[in-house]
Amino acid sequence: MNEGQSTGSSERLLAEGLGCVRGGRILFRGLSFALQPGQAGLLTGPNGVGKSSLLRLLAGLLAPSAGLCDAPGTRALCDDRLALDEHLPLEQALRFWARVDGRSEADVAAAMERAGLAYLAEVPVRYFSTGQRQRARLARTYLTGARLWLLDEPANGLDSDSVNQLGAALQGHLDGGGIILAASHIPLPIAFDLSLRLEPLEELEACS
Amino acid sequence: MIGSLATIIWRDVRQSYASGGTWLPVIFYLSAATLFPFAVGPDRELLLQTGGGILWIAALLATLLPLDRLIQPDLENGVHDQLIVRGFSDEMIAAARLVSHWLAFGPPLLLAAFLASGLMGLEGAALGTLLASLAIATPALAGLAVMIAALTAGLKGAGALGGLLLVPLAIPLLIFGAGSLSAQGGSALLFLAAISLLLVAITPFAAGAALSAIRE
Repeated sequence: MNEGQSTGSSERLLAEGLGCVRGGRILFRGLSFALQPGQAGLLTGPNGVGKSSLLRLLAGLLAPSAGLCDAPGTRALCDDRLALDEHLPLEQALRFWARVDGRSEADVAAAMERAGLAYLAEVPVRYFSTGQRQRARLARTYLTGARLWLLDEPANGLDSDSVNQLGAALQGHLDGGGIILAASHIPLPIAFDLSLRLEPLEELEACS
Repeated sequence: MIGSLATIIWRDVRQSYASGGTWLPVIFYLSAATLFPFAVGPDRELLLQTGGGILWIAALLATLLPLDRLIQPDLENGVHDQLIVRGFSDEMIAAARLVSHWLAFGPPLLLAAFLASGLMGLEGAALGTLLASLAIATPALAGLAVMIAALTAGLKGAGALGGLLLVPLAIPLLIFGAGSLSAQGGSALLFLAAISLLLVAITPFAAGAALSAIRE
């Protein structure tokens, strides 16, 4: 079996014959797609089919077991974990990532504004509700300034106003030449250029 | 990249001092040193002979206290993954953790050892040697803590396993550290420094390998 390759230098997101093995089970294989700057892709499929694994693979957290993926050098992953210091007020917690990413204080304020969290800047993160935590994850993603956004169920726990706010932020990112790949079972209010549906492999093999 | 690493180290150091986690080993260390004279009696000669060794063992045990706070929280809440996505390697993160843990662990432990040595009646040259040997060994103890925390992260009963792992790895440190307190201990300090350097040097790679294995 040939080892997969993962590089991070180009402008676009490109996957060729991508395969992923987790826990001795093939999640997907032969997956090929491309997203150019300004394009968005929607990832769907039943639970456990490998959507999160694909996003983690593209983020560089997993090595592909086959195939090749080439992603922009700066990526942001928004998954189900907050990655913010719970005891700190939101603004200070975000400021840590701003410093790591070389972003300014103004960027922190702008990211909180875009996520509709500006009024919670002084509140410690541990008091946040489910929806507020989700918006904090999104604020952390907006703050990165990364070209590629990999979003795992970005609308989970959001009310309809917040979903619209998320849509506006996503559209803004696309208009600025960014790339988005989102796994979501909640309809997102943007136009997707690519729809990628992962199917369980056993069923595929049974059909063919 | 260097600036970002400094940011990460600063966050960890500030968190350790702010959460009070830094002072736990210090209080433990002082309690162990306080109990010892009660246990063996106030015989000054005996305390002088054994006090240095006891303070060394207490330092090893104090190493175990912060194990569960070193690696596990960042893995759990996704901070570690977010750093990897930003292009930091597991080894760099482990090296930063080693530096930040030493900054939060070494100086307070030395302070505690200084205070505790008074309880043992250590003074003058003996006190100087004890503090020198602990100062040389604290980076290695911090390195062992980071390695063991990375190896046991996510396991049930990580604390007990951590204790079992530390004992054999810390034996060389203990032999030369406590050995330096004896009359002909000059070369023991040099050996201690060599072992300490070795442990510090392998920590980023051993802990980094453990961290990337967790992700697979």
